[in-house]
Amino acid sequence: MRSSFKLLSASWLAGMAAFGLSSQNEARSEEQLASVIEKGEYLARAGDCVACHTSPEGKVFAGGLAMPTPFGTLYTSNITPDVETGIGSWTSDDFYRTMHEGRFPDGGLIYPAMPFASYTKVSREDSDAIFAYLRTIAPVTQHNREHDLDFPYNNRSLILGWRTLFFEQGNFKPDQSKSDEWNRGAYLVEGLGHCGMCHTPINALGGNSEADAFKGGLIPMQNWYAPSLTSNKEAGLGDWSIDDITDLLQKGISHRGAVYGPMADVVYNSLQYLNDADTRAMAVYLKSIAQDSPKPATSRLPHAESSLLLSLGKSVYDRECAVCHGANGQGEPPHYPPLAGNQSIQMDSAVNAIRMVLNGGFPPGTFGNPMPYGMPPFSITLSDDEVAAVVSYIRTSWGNSGAPISAAEANRLRSAPLQ
Amino acid sequence: MNLSNLALGLCCILLLAGASRVSASDDAQREMAKRLEACTPCHGAAGKGTDDPYFPRLAGKPAGYLYNQLLAFRSGRRKYPPMNYLLHFLPDTYLRQIAKHYASQSPPLPVPDPSDVSAAILAEGEKLALSGDAERGLPACVSCHGAFLTGQEPGIPGLLGLRASYISAQLGGWRYGTRTANAPDCMQVVAGNLSEDDVRALSAWLASRPAPANRDPEPEGTFELPLTCGSQVMEGHQ
Repeated sequence: MRSSFKLLSASWLAGMAAFGLSSQNEARSEEQLASVIEKGEYLARAGDCVACHTSPEGKVFAGGLAMPTPFGTLYTSNITPDVETGIGSWTSDDFYRTMHEGRFPDGGLIYPAMPFASYTKVSREDSDAIFAYLRTIAPVTQHNREHDLDFPYNNRSLILGWRTLFFEQGNFKPDQSKSDEWNRGAYLVEGLGHCGMCHTPINALGGNSEADAFKGGLIPMQNWYAPSLTSNKEAGLGDWSIDDITDLLQKGISHRGAVYGPMADVVYNSLQYLNDADTRAMAVYLKSIAQDSPKPATSRLPHAESSLLLSLGKSVYDRECAVCHGANGQGEPPHYPPLAGNQSIQMDSAVNAIRMVLNGGFPPGTFGNPMPYGMPPFSITLSDDEVAAVVSYIRTSWGNSGAPISAAEANRLRSAPLQ
Repeated sequence: MNLSNLALGLCCILLLAGASRVSASDDAQREMAKRLEACTPCHGAAGKGTDDPYFPRLAGKPAGYLYNQLLAFRSGRRKYPPMNYLLHFLPDTYLRQIAKHYASQSPPLPVPDPSDVSAAILAEGEKLALSGDAERGLPACVSCHGAFLTGQEPGIPGLLGLRASYISAQLGGWRYGTRTANAPDCMQVVAGNLSEDDVRALSAWLASRPAPANRDPEPEGTFELPLTCGSQVMEGHQ
């Protein structure tokens, strides 16, 4: 009797202990899940999913954003967990397959406007975290809109050709000779950040030949020039301080320059949400990949024409620009960017400088700069000659080594789409 | 220190505090104006408008109305690429401050341009604006935009200081559905009932109005609207 009581109580105790353990396990796994979801939300920000998968005035992640391309219009997909119209029936394997292989769960090919050529480097663990987060957002019933592509691009099997040329499936391979910080930065820039979609000559839809057609780095349909990140002559950050780079990425402004156009989109929707450590890691990596590639500027204009332009340019500059950017282009950073020594003004492509003069613009409103100072548009008040003159003047003054531009170049950008 | 000295001292302190508060708010206004230099080529200093008839005056319009327009331009609901582009990456809180800034400006109204339409057309415009046309389902402009056409808080704009070509273009936009507001979109209902002649007459008469003594919008709920307007429902308002 006593022994059976002992036995009973022992088994009861064991049962209680097991029960205690399992409820502890449950609590721990709930905690773990919550932290995975939180991490997933953060990583979804780093991947800037929202910028494409949400339409203006639309529900978050319900897709439907029109993406004009040289080949027709693509409409982004619903990635809310709605079973019928979103990705509610997907598994984490399915999700990883889209990220890593660029294929739908049924094996179908995804148009490479989805940056899977970069996302392929995202780790399985990170992909699972993003998927776990996407499972928690409100499901939205909204059918995906059919793409509206011109013949022959409406044939999805063409994507196979593109993949053969431009897609290399694979994981991120850390460089053991570099620091953990550098590798973290590289992982973010090359993977989720998908910076290469715009900043390398191989661009989203066409690859190399496409890049030649758009003269290297000009973003199709948007007519903004995405400068090289590896050349200090362009947007290479080799001689920038780490603080200036992190300011640019996180706040959208810095003592060296500010972001506008498509890069303002990236900072607004994605980069401003990244923590200091990750931002710094990206800065360390970006600074390291930039190299000097000195190339003397060559003017495409006859000397007489450019001297005339420059004297008109100085008078336009003194009248319209000097009040904010300073008589010697020194600016008043960070709100009035310096023009002297500003790489973005001296690049071979003058597109961005011309567009800024024509259209003006606000840097993005961010946590670090919630009320940005805007640059006025001058498309109404300045003629093509005056735009060309003032852009030529800032490209060649105060030690800047850009080349003068013509009125025709300025005129061409008056009709550039404003997005 | 006797009592009168103490009182004098206190007064001085209060005066100083008041003065520094005024100058702090002046500084904030000046800084805001510098932030918004991007708006002045089209909307003029302090939002008073420019010579270009297609760009509207912003000064003194109700903040709620201006905020709704900023949201609509940012999302692309109201289409004008230069505006859509400028606002694309500005957060709600900033748009609200921009709206408040222009709502609080009160540069003088411009002297109306001489009208280029006949007296008969102006009279037709005046009749429609002041009395509407019940048979055609047209409420009077003044029944929503206020007896002095200075608008009503929070979302109904004043109509003064605008040129005929701007008013006509906007009424056209409402009629054809290229300009819309939050549902129920009362202005679309009204504009849908206007003929082209009505638009010409209304635009001409509205643009000819001189400035009233008090240019402030009427406070919210001053009078009942003939239609329910989505634009009068603001976050935090019912």
